[in-house]
Amino acid sequence: MKKIYVKEEVCIGCRLCEINCIVEHSKSKDIIKAFKKEIPRPVARVVVEEEGPLSFAVQCRHCDEPPCLEACMGGALSKDPRTGAVVHDKDKCVGCWMCIMVCPYGAIMRAKDGKKIASKCDLCPDREKPACVDGCPNEALVFEER
Amino acid sequence: MNVIIGNSAAAVGAIETIRQYDQKEDIVVISKEPYRVYSRPLISYFLAGKVKSPQMYYRDTDFYKSNNVRTMLGKTVTGIDSKKQKVILDDGEKISYSKLLVATGGKPFVPPIEGSWKEGVFTFTTWDDAKALAKAARTAEEAVVIGGGMIGLKATESLQMLDVGVTVVELADRVLSLSLDEKASRLMQKHLKNAGVKIITENTVAEVMGRNKVTGVRLKDGTQISCDMVVIAIGVVPNTDLLGDASVKCNRGIVVNDEMQTNISNIYAGGDVAEATELLSGEKRVIPIWPVAYNQGSVAGSNMIGESKVYQGGLSMNSIEILGLPTISVGMTNPPEGDFKVYTKYESDKMAYKKVVLKDDVIMGSVFVNSIDRAGIITDLIKNKVNVRRFKSKLLNDDFGYVFFPQKERLEKLGA
Repeated sequence: MKKIYVKEEVCIGCRLCEINCIVEHSKSKDIIKAFKKEIPRPVARVVVEEEGPLSFAVQCRHCDEPPCLEACMGGALSKDPRTGAVVHDKDKCVGCWMCIMVCPYGAIMRAKDGKKIASKCDLCPDREKPACVDGCPNEALVFEER
Repeated sequence: MNVIIGNSAAAVGAIETIRQYDQKEDIVVISKEPYRVYSRPLISYFLAGKVKSPQMYYRDTDFYKSNNVRTMLGKTVTGIDSKKQKVILDDGEKISYSKLLVATGGKPFVPPIEGSWKEGVFTFTTWDDAKALAKAARTAEEAVVIGGGMIGLKATESLQMLDVGVTVVELADRVLSLSLDEKASRLMQKHLKNAGVKIITENTVAEVMGRNKVTGVRLKDGTQISCDMVVIAIGVVPNTDLLGDASVKCNRGIVVNDEMQTNISNIYAGGDVAEATELLSGEKRVIPIWPVAYNQGSVAGSNMIGESKVYQGGLSMNSIEILGLPTISVGMTNPPEGDFKVYTKYESDKMAYKKVVLKDDVIMGSVFVNSIDRAGIITDLIKNKVNVRRFKSKLLNDDFGYVFFPQKERLEKLGA
């Protein structure tokens, strides 16, 4: 399956991927409204790690045998049999954080939108390319099959 | 014919794995509970009213149909005839199997307590338990919860949210003593007290008082507490009742090898009933947690249909949030005396606490209170027994992540 990969040698840590992720997963999909009007603000489902000149983005790797899926006691996480993506059902999630305990990439966030639920990369199902990849100015993020 | 006794995480793990390889093998699921597969850990959320009945179900309505599974729900297995390869039901019916998976889970441990038969005394393991508790909580004002472990505190949280006053009685000197370390337990205890929960430690209930209905409890030291309900939530023990004389080897739980096979080659076991290899010690242990159950079921299912899969060993871990205070604890959280190195970090203003336990530069355990984000990176290092010598000083950083890993390991991990 196509996944998002990072080229750390060209990532400058601008965090536009985080911003584009927030906008894409906002109600309005409008950058100003997403940041100024939607309270609490949606969380980015991608994390930029940075230390000195080194930086890169990390998001769900959509594992073949996802530990989060085994750990999810509410049955909110599943693998889309068609795309292979690990998908999250907000309505079934109770926020037990078992997924946070087992995700090897630290790629599952605690959403702060009132209901306490987990939030993770969904590969932007409404787009051809995920928003983080599309908006990366240095093509440090790529969406490809490996 | 593959027969599975039990209908929870291990059963689902087995079914889903079998169907990854094979669509034709017959699968029969027998369960004494009448429900299609639901999530037992959600019973406390159900009790609190945070989760309604439709969300209790772990898989979609068509789960059995789409996986081509025949169900026999509401049927109790009373025995196994391993010679004739038959499972015996309480109504006398016998079901033949070629491969059997025993995934009967745990049952509540109830110590002998005088008067525990009285109306208003509950255990807290099944959906029916939660329904009974929810009904009683409507009129109850005070509850005593026996046991300050995970089940006891989840029951406490829910009762508190239903405006029932709760006193927790715990035998150990602190709550969550099996999963958390001393410091984390103290933080949780402080948090609970601030929320109005009363906690009594190093004590236990000697007698449930009242004629036929609970009116209070008498503790071992003589203290009396008035209450309308008592919840016995000490923990679960492997439910091996139905084995009878099937000559399946049992220690604390059903002993299995790394294929989840018992001493009888066509009988497998998985989940809270099984005693399998523990990852860090290599010893056989019962680890009654959801992810381990699912994984053991998956390994069993695979091997039952001849697809070899080896169990990697189970790791004890818990993610427990009580009344808004999240905690995560993995592996060895209370190291014995010896060559262990312990790193801790505590920020009192945030009530945030982190700890890692190392042995020979390999992480053996972790504890997180309030600051739990990305805890899974550490869990993965524990599982894979990674040598962390080169970045161990960064493990407790708030921004700890792959950026501190040596480049080769980072690229291998993130490039996959």
